[in-house]
Amino acid sequence: MPTKVIVDCSTGETSIVELTAEEIADLETARLAAEDQRAAAEAEAAAKAEAKAALLDKLGITEDEAKLLLS
Amino acid sequence: MATYTLINSNVLSSSAASVTFSAIPATYTDLVLRISARSTLGAGEVVSSRIIVNGDEGAVNTYYSSIYVSGNGTSASSGLTSDQAPWIFGSTITANAATSNTFSNNEYYIPNYAGSTAKVLSGQEASENNATTTTRNARAGLYRGTTAITQLAVAGTTFASGSSFYLYGISNA
Repeated sequence: MPTKVIVDCSTGETSIVELTAEEIADLETARLAAEDQRAAAEAEAAAKAEAKAALLDKLGITEDEAKLLLS
Repeated sequence: MATYTLINSNVLSSSAASVTFSAIPATYTDLVLRISARSTLGAGEVVSSRIIVNGDEGAVNTYYSSIYVSGNGTSASSGLTSDQAPWIFGSTITANAATSNTFSNNEYYIPNYAGSTAKVLSGQEASENNATTTTRNARAGLYRGTTAITQLAVAGTTFASGSSFYLYGISNA
């Protein structure tokens, strides 16, 4: 059974508590949501990088040359 | 002169789904949370976790916003998670699929945690993989609660045995 750790800063005592079925389900839902969001952000960044590379290829210049043009 | 005091700590002797510091005293100026952690989950290099303040996991749009920038040596990304989740996205944690016995480093700074206004959090994280690819993140979070922070939880994955969590208080006098 998954557990959670609670550290009581007023007493210094640490307790290990088993998760309830509801907490286990919530944990999994939250974890999947977080992973989905991170994956979406990474996919967006990858898509931008791909579009940028395609544009540079179309223009026939390198990234450094593009930077030089914009400087 | 500022002082840096260990309030409490925990090193996991077995895996756990979350670590919560409760009854945090209001006697310091700022808080620092330092984590060295590894997850028992994840097929990739890292997994994400979350920071929950005062046990507030209410409806989306209520308590939290966060923003981050991330790089892994080959690509970079950034994101705004304002009003999208009932927690602060936090702590990129070394995943189970990463090189054995490697742990991420994570640090969060929370100024004026005992104040009566919304609280901000800044964080920096480095996953460790002892391999070519690793991930470095910087993040800022907002907790809109107006009561003092008395509880901080790190959750969202399953932390492996040996993961360590340290909560410090900073006093400005």
